[in-house]
Amino acid sequence: MSAQPQSSAERVPVLKVQDLTVHFSDHVGHVFHRTERTLRAVEGISFDLYPGETLGIVGESGSGKSTLARAILALVRPKRGRVLWLGEDLTQLDEESMRQKRKDIQVVFQDPTASLDPRMTAGDIIAEPLRTFFPHMAPLQIEERTRGMMKMVGLLPNQINRYPHEFSGGQCQRISIARSLVLNPKLIICDEPVSALDVSIQAQIVNLLRSLQKKLGLSLIFIAHDLAVVRHISDRVMVMYMGRSMELAERDAIYRKPLHPYTNALIKSVPIPDPDLARAARRENWLTGDMPSPYHPPPGCVFHTRCPYAVNRCHADIPALRRMEHGDWVACHRAEELDLSVRE
Amino acid sequence: MGERQSSPIPNPILEVRDLHVSFDTPDGEVEAVSGLDFELRHGETLAIVGESGSGKSQTALAIMGLLAQNGSAKGSAIFGGQDLMQLSQDELNEVRGREISMIFQDPMTSLNPYLTIEKQMVEVVMHHQRLRKEEARAHAVEMLRAVRIADPEERIRDYPHQYSGGMRQRVLIAMGLLCEPQLLIADEPTTALDVTVQAQITHLIAELREKTSMSIIIITHDLAVVADIADCIIVMYAGQMVECGSARDVFYHPQHPYTQGLLKSVPRLDRVDDDALQAIPGNPPNPVSVPKGCRFRDRCAYAMDVCRDEPPLRTAEGGRASRCVLEIDREDNPP
Repeated sequence: MSAQPQSSAERVPVLKVQDLTVHFSDHVGHVFHRTERTLRAVEGISFDLYPGETLGIVGESGSGKSTLARAILALVRPKRGRVLWLGEDLTQLDEESMRQKRKDIQVVFQDPTASLDPRMTAGDIIAEPLRTFFPHMAPLQIEERTRGMMKMVGLLPNQINRYPHEFSGGQCQRISIARSLVLNPKLIICDEPVSALDVSIQAQIVNLLRSLQKKLGLSLIFIAHDLAVVRHISDRVMVMYMGRSMELAERDAIYRKPLHPYTNALIKSVPIPDPDLARAARRENWLTGDMPSPYHPPPGCVFHTRCPYAVNRCHADIPALRRMEHGDWVACHRAEELDLSVRE
Repeated sequence: MGERQSSPIPNPILEVRDLHVSFDTPDGEVEAVSGLDFELRHGETLAIVGESGSGKSQTALAIMGLLAQNGSAKGSAIFGGQDLMQLSQDELNEVRGREISMIFQDPMTSLNPYLTIEKQMVEVVMHHQRLRKEEARAHAVEMLRAVRIADPEERIRDYPHQYSGGMRQRVLIAMGLLCEPQLLIADEPTTALDVTVQAQITHLIAELREKTSMSIIIITHDLAVVADIADCIIVMYAGQMVECGSARDVFYHPQHPYTQGLLKSVPRLDRVDDDALQAIPGNPPNPVSVPKGCRFRDRCAYAMDVCRDEPPLRTAEGGRASRCVLEIDREDNPP
């Protein structure tokens, strides 16, 4: 399933995710009436990712975006579906083969201060993957590579012996990025890499990831709850809601003319740093209510409980993710009739 | 500061003078706020904006007498004719909750997980407003309805974990409003929330300030969040005010290079511009070793030799101020 009609005709995707579905089960109730309940965290997600491409994945908390990332990394077992990495299904690999794949697929997490071991120096944190995968590598060579990585992500190589608490949040995220790059991966999955950072530092990290990607030809999956940040780094954007893909489209298309009412709601929610425009936009924001319980997703379209355009059909039939004329994908019964164009 | 014409009472509701906050740490004494002056008028919404470590939260905590054990504050904060910083804990307890409410960033840690929302809300009202239990409960239900909790009569019996993150933040706002305070201080009230919920909460605050005469101080690291609700804005950097003015002045004619940088680094959807974001280079200074002279100098594109000396806070009409040697020029600064 490709959403890039022209440019990628001859390109081969590095990653093909097909019908990926993750359910979590737990038991509730008292000893004598225990009932199993199922949380549908990820439901039938499919997409292709090409070399050097960035796919932004956007959704509110509970949309399943992080679980999707964990499923791609084989950190959770999917109920169904395939994750084809260069043609090989990662969901079928044994632990050791998967471990080898992790050289190619790296991950950067949200909270840099929590995901770095406080008792290791920056240098040791960055070099750890090298020591794990290449136990016979000479210490001098490791140090040289580590210093190179620090330079590449904008850290001073002479900070190699400092501990995480001596760095700011933005610098810690640079350490995480250096560590994720040290094995020359082909894909980096960034799970909310800037959400915990100050605004001015967010911009630094987004720009760093963009330039690294260009320089190294990496593929990126960039997960965020903030559409505005995603716009600055993505080629295509997938919008998730309650485990499902609502829309998957080219970056410019999704921001100029969203096809799904939920995408539109997310766009309208982004705060505008301009008092007059913000006050004018306040009247337009219409996303009310909360996300329904993931244990009891609504029948029909999962978004119909909050959608101002919902009609009877939306309460009954689940809309399939389907391809529109110009090649973008949307899961809405009314995508053709609605005009959600963004005024500029 | 600010230029709210409708204000019926000329006297400020809160007047903070020469506020200093410092902490006793293993690395020595660390100054978090170095001499802050501001005032808040009746019915006005003031946003204090700054990055982590700028001193914005410590300012609020110092005023409320809620600094951590190793913290100490100097200066004055005149509220309702009395200096909050001279009050005893008992006297402060009476002011907090009844006349000043504070809402914190993380709704889960601010609510008691072992008590129902009813228990938590009703006790506050009974204590501060001396209402009977049934009256207190009716008032609490009404407040939950005001913050748009559906089925408040039912939901008030639930425990915090039964609410979503956005609902918990709305419950906290409802609790903050229970005693109809004159001043509401909200410390990053939307930071831990999704953008959609963030929008709901800012709209709720905007509605409240239109309907009531409450004064609000909202503390945030994200300028964009307060564009729609602030009357005036204080921008803080490394413990100092670097700029203040009306919201329109600060957004449309930012004076200080730091404010200008902050505004440019906000990712926007309403403008189609170049793909790269304009970041402010470098990192905020470590509070243990704040640079001499202008504290923003290391990250400033305009830094000059004269910036090695501490720049004065230049003031102009309309409550404008900027801590930068560059002249305040209101004409020559296109948005």
